This record gives sequence, structure tokens and C-alpha cells, in this order.
Amino acid sequence: MALRGDWVYENNGGTCVAIAGSDYCVVAADTRLSVGYSIHTRDYSKICNLCDLLFPADKCVLASSGFQGDMKALQKNLAAKHLVSVHLLHIYQHQHNKQMSCPAMARLLSNTLYYKRFFPYYTFNILGGLDNEGKGCVYTYDAVGSYERVGYSCQGTGGALIMPVLDNQLKSPSPLLLPARDAVTPLSESEAVDLVKDVFASATERDIYTVRFPIFFFFQFLAFCESDIFPTQQHAYSSRVLNDPNEYDPLIGFRLSYRIMHK
Amino acid sequence: MEKARVDLPPKGGFSFDLCRRNEMLTKKGLQLPGFRKTGTTIVGLIFEDGVILGADTRATEGPIVADKNCEKIHYMAPNIYCCGAGTAADTEAVTDMVSSQLQLHRYATRRESRVITALTLLKSHLFSYQGHVSAALVLGGVDITGPHLHTVYPHGSTDTLPFATMGSGSLAAMAVFESKYKEGLTREDGIQLVGEAICSGIFNDLGSGSNVDVCVITKGKTDYLRNHQLPNPRTYISSRGYSFDRGHTEVLSTKITPLKLKAEVVENDAMEE
Amino acid sequence: MSIFEYNGSALVAMVGKNCFAIASDRRLGVQLQTVATDFRRIYRIHDKVYIGLSGLATDAQTLYQRLVFRHKLYQLREERDMKPETFASLVSSILYEKRFGPYFCQPVIAGLGDDDQPFICTMDCLGAKELAKDFVVSGSASESLYGACESMYKPDMEPEELFENISQALLASVDRDCLSGWGGHVFLVTPSEVQERTLKGRMD
Repeated sequence: MALRGDWVYENNGGTCVAIAGSDYCVVAADTRLSVGYSIHTRDYSKICNLCDLLFPADKCVLASSGFQGDMKALQKNLAAKHLVSVHLLHIYQHQHNKQMSCPAMARLLSNTLYYKRFFPYYTFNILGGLDNEGKGCVYTYDAVGSYERVGYSCQGTGGALIMPVLDNQLKSPSPLLLPARDAVTPLSESEAVDLVKDVFASATERDIYTVRFPIFFFFQFLAFCESDIFPTQQHAYSSRVLNDPNEYDPLIGFRLSYRIMHK
Repeated sequence: MEKARVDLPPKGGFSFDLCRRNEMLTKKGLQLPGFRKTGTTIVGLIFEDGVILGADTRATEGPIVADKNCEKIHYMAPNIYCCGAGTAADTEAVTDMVSSQLQLHRYATRRESRVITALTLLKSHLFSYQGHVSAALVLGGVDITGPHLHTVYPHGSTDTLPFATMGSGSLAAMAVFESKYKEGLTREDGIQLVGEAICSGIFNDLGSGSNVDVCVITKGKTDYLRNHQLPNPRTYISSRGYSFDRGHTEVLSTKITPLKLKAEVVENDAMEE
Repeated sequence: MSIFEYNGSALVAMVGKNCFAIASDRRLGVQLQTVATDFRRIYRIHDKVYIGLSGLATDAQTLYQRLVFRHKLYQLREERDMKPETFASLVSSILYEKRFGPYFCQPVIAGLGDDDQPFICTMDCLGAKELAKDFVVSGSASESLYGACESMYKPDMEPEELFENISQALLASVDRDCLSGWGGHVFLVTPSEVQERTLKGRMD
């Protein structure tokens, strides 16, 4: 249907949310790909760690919704560019003892998107991670590379439902204020995770494209807690697929399995 | 005279007086709105002593769930019920109209309504509107001639079947029926199968969701099992909650109107005056 | 642009414990241009029944006049006020009468029925009733409102708590919708009194 005529994109639905705190960043996305009234898959992670292979403990992740084909292509493109820069970085890292930063990756993503200004990647992205000072940062994008650093953001089919709640709970200071204020939220990490879980539960109630938990749910958090510029430790939280709906316990809600990776 | 007729409560039938204006607005480039649909899974089957109907409870408006727990199994007569899919307003209105005609018919004949009567009324109404009244129905009931199950399409064509599905989740539900339906099911097995078929729609079709409604019609008895299964409870409730202090919202003005209690009229003896 | 977005609107009704609140924004626009900033979309039918009409403002006002007329006829004939359920059926049948040339209005109806039980309901522009036990929304900000109310609604709220919740949900939502805003009107109806409040909101 969507591929007929001039319109060469599909929207595969799904929702991404990211919240930045003073020393953490929570990035979350649902895991369903669908079109029209049908489900393509229930287990597709919309969150991508751009440098999984060489640097698993990198400082940012990309969460995207929109057309899966473009999502994949964009991630591949970025990863390739990153790989090139990693080669340089590898040397750079030995010299300076640090990695490519999240703000740098944000600019790289913007340029990559704008490069296809007249045949865009049909993707709506959020880049979340830690900046050079170890503060949480969230960059939110449109499909053609316009971007902004914010304290929190959401994208995708459930975005319109979630945004007012985040506004209400996390009220960010106006970007026009002088001197500029920090956009990061005052919540603690666990409060932020609680808020994200709640807004996802709300969005799944009302948006047909955002997945409902009891079946085949995959919820991924990535939260970084670091003090040094060079990361010593990184936590990745993720809740895995529940293939059996009976396994779901409504009292527990989202099941989280914790995975701690050491560099 | 003409003016007076417009203002008085209508006697029935559609009014087309805004059609020209609306057409003009469309030509100016304003899009006409989408209507509330029941992107739906509805099913029915015949079991050993009667008919079982089933439906999900989600009503959608585009990609948004407008109603999480709506009723899609409509009352037609004490022994006849009807599941509706398609434009919500149409299914509601069509079934209401026919059920009132059936009631009047029962008053006139003093006999239990027959399923075939309901079917004929439905299909002749739908046929006369050439599919513009977009109601897709599964009609089931038990009358003097036994159990009956029919499907009605928006253009007015009908089918008579031992098991039937309709709506956007019809394929998911039919897959369950085709693999598991047998003649002469017991009541428990029938309810179980209907629940399974609806759940298949709920989980695999995005237009269907929330809960399972079931209606079991047997000779002389109808059981409407509203929310027979609740497979989709809310997944998480924030532990912090959202409470706001009094005075959190900035108020510009407040106007308080006390409501008068209605005076109670004590009826006097009619003869007193 | 959809015809519902021509004037822009946000409407929400929420149920509390023996009370209800119905709220709307105050903007009337013609597409992106703001025409009025103190516009009313919520109308009183009688002390305990209110109707909010989102969508095309011209149709909303015409529809309101027809509803008032029909309600007055009912009062004359029956010597009593309509129950909210009855009123909802009246609105539904008036809308469905124009099935093939509809009024571009999505009504939200809220009222206190017998025993002061709150009743809320919304419809699409063809009159398909949607009865809810918690909250109903309509208008160009409806998506934001669904999200906000879904998170903020709690069952059995006391009147003042209900007021804060519905106001916060409304203000949060209209700030993310370009076509509605400029503060809000809230009607808080309890069995003994009606409070009508005007909210301060962003004026852009």
C-alpha cells in the first residue's frame, strides 16, 4: 500500500524515549515493527549501539523509529563512518586517552541525515549518551537533520502522547534564558526509569503501534553511570523478550534483567 | 411551513442539507475527517444447544484507541444478538433501528422474533444504501426453528454458516476456527474456542484489542458474558504517581454557583381542591 | 489540513468521586491565525449537564442552538431536566441524522445523573457514542490529551484534586498543540455547586 506511487516509505511504528540526568541517560524504545494493522515482528531493537564491535562501552546510543529499511541503512552508514573515524580515533585514543564524544556523534548524525535532504532517511531519531563532562545528553532530530540538545525527548507514533507528560514532569528551562541553564532533569536515575516505564504503559494503552507488554515485549534501557572522562564502568539494563504471555506478572510489571559490563 | 418542518424533531430518515456545503469545503482543500471505526475481531459459532457470539472491545480512530472497553455485541431481541464491525455509528444505528422494529413486530404478533426476520431487515436496509452504511455484522440467535448464524456485509449480501468471523481480525480468528471447530461442541468448549479466536485477533491484529466479550444464546436463555476474559491489564503504574498540590495551577478567576435543591412536590389528594 | 483542525480545540472531561470536571482551551483560530483568546466551547444545558463541542466552530454553535431548542421542548413537555444519558442519545441521533453530510463536531458530554453519579461521554461526528468511566477527550489536541490523561487520571478523586489533575493534563497538552491554547476554562460540578474557573496558560 505504502510502496505504491511516489511514496516509497512505510512507517513501521514504534516509540522511543530518552531522558538525560546529571550523570545518566535513559534511552528506551519498544520493539515492535508493524504496518497497517499487521505486525512484522515483536522483537526488533530500535536502539543501536553504534560501535558495538570495537568499543562496546561507547558513550552514546541511537534510538530510531520510522521506516525500518532506512533505520538499518542509517545505522550502517553511521557505523561505517564511525569505523573510519575509529581508526583515527584508535591512534587518537592512545594519545589522548578518550573516545569520540556524544556531541561529535550528534553532529555526525545531523550531517548524515542532511546529506540526503531531498531523498531523506524516513527515520525519527534520538541520540542519547553522556557528554564530555559526563553529563547526560539527549539530541533529538527530524528526518532531515535538524537537531537540538534537550533534557528529554520522544519520537515515533506514541510521541505525541508521551511528550506532554514529560513536559509536565520534567519542565525544562527555556533555551532563551541567560546565562544558559542546564537542560538535564533533576530526577534520580530510578525516578527517571519509573517515569519512562509509566509513560510507555500509558502510550501502549492508547497507541496501537506501541507494543503492549504482556506479549513478546522487549524493553531496553541503557543507563550510563560514570564519573571519569574515561569510562570505568557502564551499566546496560534491558528487559528481554517474554515469549510466553503467562510469564508476565502484572504485579512486577516490566521485568528487568541487569547486565553489567566492565571495560 | 417548510421552515417549521426543519426545526421540529424529525420523524426519521437522513438529512442531506449539509452535503453541498461539505462538498464545497472539500473542494477548497479541507480534508473530511475519519470516523470512529471498530477495527475489530467479531466471531460466532453454532454449538450443540445454540449459538455463541464473541467480540473484542477496542474502538479505534486511526492509530489511536478511542475506547478501550466498548460493547460490540448489540442487543437485537431477547433471543437474538448481533456483533458489529465497521463504522461505529453505522453498526450502532443499524442494530438499534432493527431491534426497535423487531420489538414492535413482537408487540403486534405476540411471538418470539425470528433470526431470519432480523436478517431480512438488516440486509434490506444495507442494500438500499449501496454499501454507504458501512456495517459488517455477525448475527446470531435461537428461535422456534433452531439456532442460526449469519454474516451480513455492508452491501447487504449475507451468508449462513456454522462458524463465522468478521472485521480486521477475521483472518486471525478464522485460522483458529478452521483448525479447531467441530460440529456439536459443548457449551464450555464453544466458549473456550470463541475466546481463543478473539484472543488471536486481539494479539495479532492491531485494530483489535483489550478484552473478550462473549454472548451465549440457547433455547429460552441468553448469557451475556461482558468482559469474559481480560488479557490486557495495564502493564505498569508509576510508583510516584502524579499528584499536584492544591493551587499548583494558576487560576485567573473563579465563579461559584451554588445549585438549588429541587423542591420536592408532595402530591396532595386529588379531591382536596 | 483536516477540517477539525481549522479552528483548533482541546476538550477533556474527567470523572471524580460524585463529581466531574469538563475543561477546554480558549483559543479560536482560523488555521494558524488566532482570532479570539476567550472563546467558549463548553455550554451549559442545565445545572448538571454540560456539553463541549470541538471541531468546526460554526457547526458547534449551530448544533448547540439546535440542542438547546430540543432540550427546551423536552422541558416543556416533561416538566423536568434531561438526564445526561438521555441528552447523549439526543445528541447522537441529531448527529447520525446527518450521516452523509455531517456536522464537523466532536461533542464531549458530561453530567451528574440520578444519585449524583457522574456521566461522561464523547462521540465522533457521526454520533457513535463512547461511554467511559474515567476520562474522555476530543479536539485537535486529542492525542496529547489521551497521553496526558492516561498517565494523570486516578479513580475517585475529590473535587479539588480533580481540578488540579484535569487542569494540568489540559495545560500540558495544549502546549504541544499549535492550534489550541491560551489558557483554559474548567467547570467543576459537584452535587451542591458549580465552580467555573479560568486558567492561566501560555499565550503563544
